[in-house]
Amino acid sequence: MMKGFKKTFCGVLAAMTLGLSATSVADDAVGWPEKADLKFGFIKLTDMAPLAIAYEKGYFEEEGLFVTLEAQANWKVLLDRVIDGQLDGAHMLAGQPLGATIGYGTEAHIITAFSMDLNGNGITVSNSVWEEMKKHIPSKDGKPVHPIKADTLKPVVEQYKDAGKSFKMGMVFPVSTHNYELRYWLAAGGLNPGYYAPHKGDTSGQLQADVLLSVTPPPQMPATLEAGTIHGYCVGEPWNQQAVFKGIGVPVITDYEIWKNNPEKVFGVSKAWAEEYPNTHIRVVKAMIRAAKWLDENNNANRPEAVKILSRPNYVGADYDVIANSMTGTFEYEKGDKREIPDFNVFFRHNATYPYYSDAIWYLTQMRRWGQISESKPDSWYMDIAKKVYRPDIYTQAAKSLIAEGKMSADEFPDFASEDGFKPPQSEFIDNVTYDGRKPNEYLSKFPIGLKDGDTL
Amino acid sequence: MVTLTFPTWMEPYRALATGKVSRDQWQALMRQLLWPVLGIGLFLLLWQFAAQRIDTSLGQFPGPAQVWEQAGNLVSEHQQSREREVAFYERQEKYIAARLQQQPDWEPVTRDYTGAPTFFDQIGTSLITVMSGFLLASMIAIPLGIVIGLSSTVHAAVNPLVQLFKPVSPLAWLPLVTMVVSALYVSDDPMVSKSFLTSMFTVSLCCLWPTLMNTAVGVTSVSQDLTNVSRVLRLNALSHVRKIVLPSALPMMFTGLRLSLGIAWMVLIAAEMLAQNPGLGKFVWDEFQNGSSQSLGRIMVAVIVIGLIGFLLDRLMLMLQRALVWDKASAQR
Repeated sequence: MMKGFKKTFCGVLAAMTLGLSATSVADDAVGWPEKADLKFGFIKLTDMAPLAIAYEKGYFEEEGLFVTLEAQANWKVLLDRVIDGQLDGAHMLAGQPLGATIGYGTEAHIITAFSMDLNGNGITVSNSVWEEMKKHIPSKDGKPVHPIKADTLKPVVEQYKDAGKSFKMGMVFPVSTHNYELRYWLAAGGLNPGYYAPHKGDTSGQLQADVLLSVTPPPQMPATLEAGTIHGYCVGEPWNQQAVFKGIGVPVITDYEIWKNNPEKVFGVSKAWAEEYPNTHIRVVKAMIRAAKWLDENNNANRPEAVKILSRPNYVGADYDVIANSMTGTFEYEKGDKREIPDFNVFFRHNATYPYYSDAIWYLTQMRRWGQISESKPDSWYMDIAKKVYRPDIYTQAAKSLIAEGKMSADEFPDFASEDGFKPPQSEFIDNVTYDGRKPNEYLSKFPIGLKDGDTL
Repeated sequence: MVTLTFPTWMEPYRALATGKVSRDQWQALMRQLLWPVLGIGLFLLLWQFAAQRIDTSLGQFPGPAQVWEQAGNLVSEHQQSREREVAFYERQEKYIAARLQQQPDWEPVTRDYTGAPTFFDQIGTSLITVMSGFLLASMIAIPLGIVIGLSSTVHAAVNPLVQLFKPVSPLAWLPLVTMVVSALYVSDDPMVSKSFLTSMFTVSLCCLWPTLMNTAVGVTSVSQDLTNVSRVLRLNALSHVRKIVLPSALPMMFTGLRLSLGIAWMVLIAAEMLAQNPGLGKFVWDEFQNGSSQSLGRIMVAVIVIGLIGFLLDRLMLMLQRALVWDKASAQR
């Protein structure tokens, strides 16, 4: 299999070199798709936009792909259907391909060659929790000062504890970005979000927890909060803005403020599928790169149109106003407190579509930090897994083919000749801890709360 | 035996049209038209009154007017989707022509429209699924019911199992059916989708029982006189079933079939909702997930359509029964 894949890869490269001199580059670069009827799954969240746009703008069809997009009930169903082949690929949480490949949850080798977006999540608390939190938040010009740290939530959690009640929050999946972001935020404010201990059969993630986290599918978050089952949640859009519109909760922080330009969803396919249909895979990535570019073009000029498409019942289906609130560069915290966050949803800028190894490793460090990976691993292990799952090589072929066709220019992409898949060390986290993807174990040792090298529960 | 006469219930209308209405016919008209219309009108008023007082987080509960508006939206969405479908096929033709120019040895394949199914597509899917499931169940239940009814030995053997499985909810079967279908139905070019089979088998498993039980009872209760006639005529087993047992058991069988179809329809909606299989159940669930200000109205449209279809299916069975059964008195309502 691998051999066949390499052969195609070389063939494509050869074709592209030839293409420089020949005139009809377009179809020489990537061969015809091996499979043209495709079904992709998604969850009703605004960051599925690249899929909807690639479909609606005809980018898939231009690649000779006839794609059906289908909303899935929850992240587990979605992953299972990609694994058993009912779906050819899907909009996935960045942690899903990694989690599946290392065997946390359902085990299967899933890969990704396309990162769908940056940022786009928020943490919302119920109105009553907000009232309590507000007492501890400094304000300026009558408005609370952002970013709001979890330090201000801590007294509220203590109150619950003193009253003998547990403080519960929802996130969307054990290996979701939301789980790690919520944990990061809580831990940065001195609240322990709890550990996993899969080697003891404990996958609840609530060992030693101050705040009990549990899974709720994204679209059901507002209803669950309203019912009082949880006191807050971390989820993608439009479900934070929905809480504002319905008047049932207040978003306190966006993930942009927890970690500036953090990687969010990816497009995942099974490794077997990618090996069987290499040309199809490259073409899918091509179409989605174009869609991502369209979404960010001319300073988000196309966003209103995108929101209109997303508000159709077969895509996200929430009201136009709710989706527009975050998709068009703003974010509404308390009702009426609407602030500019132009990068709240990034689909293409800042090389958002490139699958960086360092992004993969960050998720692996968080899996280790909270015990989902129960034993400590050497730095080389993190590197190996990242390379197994994140496939910039496929992305590069797609990008080069787009450049050769004249649909994109080389300056819109990282410099492929020198790109090694690692972002320079980043320090724009809410707790100012610097992350260097090359040193995962050293990074883990910087956190006061969380497992470190050598720790086991 | 199939006779189609002018239905008696239409008689008063013909009289009304001709202007000669007897007293009895007036009463029939009131019963058939006036009271039902009043009942529905009162219901609509109550609905409107109640809806205004229920505020959900998705806005006010939809009243009749909003539901009517959403029904209109669903129709226009369906039309828009059909237009997109036409455009899709046109684009595809161009794609095929262009590719053939570059790759003459390619065998063109026309792909089905890839757009999302509309409300009306989902109705179609649900109807096909429910009918397939119901037919499959009937094909098993009727012969088995006859055998059970004829032989007290078989009855004794099968009865405990029937009693055990009869009360099982579809939702309990669903995970098992899903796993079995995905394990056994493996094909590169499947004729029908797995989700269709899952829904269909779940429906069959649940709507098997009323037909089975009623057929068995119907067969057992064939009058002794008729059985004696069969003995005297020395009918062989097959003729005995065809000429004596079936005609006498038909009314009971139809009672069972009607119950089964009703259950099938209810089970299907639940199964589609839970398994996210295409159909009306998925439509309802998707709308609930969307949580837009129109969602509740659209769900209400679906609720009414589901009820209407269930009612029509039942009427359909009744018509079939009337056409097939010799004892017309058994097929009155």
